[in-house]
Amino acid sequence: MAEHASAAHTPSRKPYFLTCAFLLVMTLITYVVAKFDLGPLNDIVALGIAVLKATAVVLFFMHVRHSSKLTKLTVVSGFLWLAFMIFITLSDYWTRGWLDTFASGR
Amino acid sequence: MHSGGVSVSAGAGGHGHARLQHHFDDLEQQREASTLGMWVFLCTEILFFGGLFTTYVIYRQRFHGVFAQASRDLNVVWGGTNTAVLICSSLTMALAIWSAQINRRKLIVMFLLITMAFGLTFLGIKTVEYKEKFEHHLVPGPHFHYVCPPGEPCHPEQAEIFFSLYFCMTGLHALHMIVGVGLLSYLLLPSWQGRYTSEWHNPLECIGLYWHFVDIVWIFLFPLLYLIGAH
Repeated sequence: MAEHASAAHTPSRKPYFLTCAFLLVMTLITYVVAKFDLGPLNDIVALGIAVLKATAVVLFFMHVRHSSKLTKLTVVSGFLWLAFMIFITLSDYWTRGWLDTFASGR
Repeated sequence: MHSGGVSVSAGAGGHGHARLQHHFDDLEQQREASTLGMWVFLCTEILFFGGLFTTYVIYRQRFHGVFAQASRDLNVVWGGTNTAVLICSSLTMALAIWSAQINRRKLIVMFLLITMAFGLTFLGIKTVEYKEKFEHHLVPGPHFHYVCPPGEPCHPEQAEIFFSLYFCMTGLHALHMIVGVGLLSYLLLPSWQGRYTSEWHNPLECIGLYWHFVDIVWIFLFPLLYLIGAH
């Protein structure tokens, strides 16, 4: 809040340039890491970096760090429901083979 | 409620401001409502793209190797360039709003134009990529013809699923980019006329949110489509 009162007079450009630099560096890192074969870690690192980048965009470019609690809750719930959709769907696909195992009595 | 607030004007809080709708107490409340409304819309967009991402995750699990193999037919340099272009466009979009906060109308127009130029650059590169895929018969359909790399498992039908997802996801994303450039052009004239000031610039903010959201979608598409076969 206090930060905001002063920001209303002379809003700073600096956070935007820093966010942009962070995003570009992260893009470079994700590209370089993908060149190495890390097994299953490749996907985890790539998605981890993407989540970091998305968080930076949401907090700084989209001003969510200065938004009201209600807006923050809405943002989080949007991504949370996406996570529900992916994980619950996957839990179905992952466990389908188990049925056959039970049926054959093994 | 008033925890945000870039544009609280000294004293009156925007009472009697020309842009204040009668059903809001003040400009701050109005801004808060439009931001929240925009985010609710973006939540529906998350689920819109989310359906495709979920489909991708399921098929990627099932056809893990072939997806990585087919991914090598995408051009990482073009994809990476487009990632950088979109990140820069997000920066200039944020700077357009910053220009409104310091009441510099010409600067707003300049940054909007640069943002649009980045958006069109992205679409141009995407066009080159799509053209390449048509020429190489990698577009799913009757003319799809996938040449398997020698000495590797060969499943053209699985590769076709990868390219179907590639075109659906990047196609829907490109459609959002086209809409985004259109929305930005709609902001140009009012910006030039000085309608967006430090007190009130909700349309800039909301369309900015949309633009950044489209950037976030690409941030996930790039590694999932272009980088899975790089090693």
